[in-house]
Amino acid sequence: MALRDTLAAPLPTSILRRWIRPLARWPLGVLLAASWLALMVIVALGADLLLPYSITAFDLKARLSPPLFFGGSLAHPLGTDELGRDVSARLIMSIRMSLLIALFGTLIATTLGTVLGFLAAHFRRWVETLILMAIDFQASMPFMIIALSVLAFFGNSLPLFIGLMGFHSWERYARIARGLTLAANEQGYAAAVRQLGAKPGRIYGLHILPNIASTLIVSMTLTFPEIILLESGLSFLGLGVQPPLTSLGNMVGYGREYITRAPWIMLAPATVIVLTTLSISLLGDWLRDKLDPTLR
Amino acid sequence: MLLFAASRLLRAALTILFVMTFAFVVLRLSGDPALLIMSVDAPPEAIKAFRQAWGLDQPIWDQYVSYIGHAFTGDFGKSMRDGRPAIELVLERVPATLAITLPALALKIGLGIPAGIYAALHRNSVADRVTMAVSVAGFTMPSFVLALLLVLVFAVTLGWLPASGSDSAAHAILPIITLGVGGAAIMARFTRSAMLEVLGQPYIRAASAKGVTWRRVISHHALPNAAIPTVTIVGFMIGSLVAGAVVVESVFAWPGVGRLLVSAVANRDLAVVQALLMVIAASMVMANFAVDMAYGWLDPRVRSAPAGH
Amino acid sequence: MSALVEAIDLRRHYAVHVGRGPFTAKATLRAVDGVSLRVERGRTLGLVGESGCGKSTTGKLVLGLIPSTSGTVRHDGTDMPAINTPAWRALRLRMQMVFQDPLGALDRRLPIGQQITEPLAIHGIATTVERRERARAVMEAVGLQMHQFGRYPHELSGGQRQRVVLARALITEPDFLVCDEPISALDVSIQAQVVNLLLDLQERLGIAYLFISHDLKVVRQVSHEVAVMYLGRIVEQGEAESLFAHPAHPYTRALVSAIPVPLSAQGPRRERLLLQGDPPNPVDVPRGCAFHTRCPFAIASCRVETPALRPKADGRLVACHRVDEPALQVAA
Repeated sequence: MALRDTLAAPLPTSILRRWIRPLARWPLGVLLAASWLALMVIVALGADLLLPYSITAFDLKARLSPPLFFGGSLAHPLGTDELGRDVSARLIMSIRMSLLIALFGTLIATTLGTVLGFLAAHFRRWVETLILMAIDFQASMPFMIIALSVLAFFGNSLPLFIGLMGFHSWERYARIARGLTLAANEQGYAAAVRQLGAKPGRIYGLHILPNIASTLIVSMTLTFPEIILLESGLSFLGLGVQPPLTSLGNMVGYGREYITRAPWIMLAPATVIVLTTLSISLLGDWLRDKLDPTLR
Repeated sequence: MLLFAASRLLRAALTILFVMTFAFVVLRLSGDPALLIMSVDAPPEAIKAFRQAWGLDQPIWDQYVSYIGHAFTGDFGKSMRDGRPAIELVLERVPATLAITLPALALKIGLGIPAGIYAALHRNSVADRVTMAVSVAGFTMPSFVLALLLVLVFAVTLGWLPASGSDSAAHAILPIITLGVGGAAIMARFTRSAMLEVLGQPYIRAASAKGVTWRRVISHHALPNAAIPTVTIVGFMIGSLVAGAVVVESVFAWPGVGRLLVSAVANRDLAVVQALLMVIAASMVMANFAVDMAYGWLDPRVRSAPAGH
Repeated sequence: MSALVEAIDLRRHYAVHVGRGPFTAKATLRAVDGVSLRVERGRTLGLVGESGCGKSTTGKLVLGLIPSTSGTVRHDGTDMPAINTPAWRALRLRMQMVFQDPLGALDRRLPIGQQITEPLAIHGIATTVERRERARAVMEAVGLQMHQFGRYPHELSGGQRQRVVLARALITEPDFLVCDEPISALDVSIQAQVVNLLLDLQERLGIAYLFISHDLKVVRQVSHEVAVMYLGRIVEQGEAESLFAHPAHPYTRALVSAIPVPLSAQGPRRERLLLQGDPPNPVDVPRGCAFHTRCPFAIASCRVETPALRPKADGRLVACHRVDEPALQVAA
């Protein structure tokens, strides 16, 4: 009976046993999603090595040539743009840029939100009230508007932009961290350990954080695609990543003018955006089902 | 109920105040407001006059108060490009934005909710699976991609609809569809799960065990209860409509508030940005207030419970 | 010999708001309102009362887990230091709390062995090897086996979890444990085991207990002395057996009369005292004797004057104006 219980239990009995054996049981959709994401990560990491051409190299004779199966040649498998620059090269660099921005943005949002949530739950009183008000404010305005205002006032530079993305959805993590900490404090393990004489650092670091980690991770799988969408939207409008740097949204923005003559310039990055956000959402859904024992 | 309304109203007012404070802080942080708003090569007397009018030579608290005062009377200064009062520029564009956002909202609700209910009632059927599959596209596809795809298909390839501009009603069709369809997908998904949760409740089983016809169970028990969480999502949708309008109006060259925001940001026309911020915040807050009221009216637990903290 | 733990006139009040929305009035919630008690070395003081009477709060006050509004707590002659000071932390080694919900009190993600040795890790005592040894010893003492050292809380039964909580509390060799409803969350058959364990540990290790519960049968079994609380005050206190056999305060009489006893075990005409009304609110404590609103024997002076906890001839402490009147009977 004990063995059966451990297999069905949602909590770690052994990391190895938990992650390796079930790999074979992953549903098809999730496997595909994971593979696509793995591909994206490889492309992003190995961009410099994979680049067939420099992104600024033009080849005017091959301007606006279509992709491989639509009349194009192997030299430019995804076609070229109006200046003969290779679309696949730009795509590779854009993937790296967009993924990087999304990654850092997510990490900043998670860290910021979790720390604020902990502070709110720990200190209560006016600290909590202030943080709750900030959460309310963030949740009441669509972030796109807030982001645009900040961009208007501060102009645009890459570090600023990434920092701005880091403010997207921090309130989600703050809410989670605060809620779960309060619950742990009230009647739970945090109260028990505190009365053993443990200091706050130990309580938050060793006990609370590992326990809320899975919920935070699931939220991260929501934030990551949202930042991709936000960044590409802003870059599309010309307000995000500025040239000579290129991102997925950026590429769609440029491709827009050629939508009639050379739709592939726009379609390649657009497809990557859609597939990537789709994959992460699928993965996130599945992860949430796996990690949240209350849904069973 | 009155208490509930009063507390929500207070909250709404505080949010607007917060937004304007945010604008004030960001404005101060980003440099000298006089120079930023008036542009570097304005004549020194004009800059001085601006400084005086806005009390920029006064202590920060006084500045804040006068800023808020100006904000509430709608005075944000003049647009850098145009010379006209910023608030005028913003307000004259509002009807155009409403012309596409309101129908889009109707589309989201009118398409999304029935689809979600149908999917919930026929769970695991083909219709359900198709709806869910399609709806996934709704939130993974960014609105500009959808917009461009629609343009590609309907304007470029088929030639049925115009690609951009705002001359006729036909021009509004693609923007409305772009705005509405994405949200409809999310709406369908959410309505479906709200319905499923309600249908799984014991009181539904009790009602049908009592002999109530299934139709009546749905219309009298399931739907009203599922309406409650659905209403909160509608509030959410309003926010995403505003954000969506920004992109959609730019793609379709639709002369609304969103497009104005984008150009104002690009030109760093700060007076206009501030005016827009205020108008958008005010309308979001009002819309959320309306949703809160609807929620309070629908959910009897909220009506009779003490205004919680 | 001075008592191990002494509480003198403890009070704990909370400032609360009553009413709805913006029209709230300030009020005071008197959770604990003048409680004095002593726990002797190696002995058990039982604390009973209804939900909301302030027993748990008293337990926390006695351990110094929450600050008191007024009053003193002394452990072994020294005053309780302020919370989270190093002196307070050091004192944790000598006094611990056992909570009601063993699953909630344990961290789901850590093996129980690690949680049992955690107090040693927190205070930097002993090397890793020594810690494991001490864990082994204490686990044996509570009836756990070493092979369970690496198990997770959800893999154990309720009774075993409570043993883990006890082991964790005992590993620093404290001389005082506050047990707050330690067996309410357990199955009845397991309750008996845990109770026996507690008694056994007291005999072997000489630990003093403050045993808080609303279950009178168990309190009777475990305690040497019992205090009965009502709305933040102690209304009766005395030696356990005689308190249950001959309760003096009307409230205690009502509680004791409500204990279900099989017909065959009942003595001659057992008293059955029913209380009227709902327990009042600790925010709105009645004037005079807090119990007078429900007391079948209340008289005019009960409404006006608060009875003090006074000793009777036989040493029992009772807070009632009419306690000395012979044979108060329930109106038939």
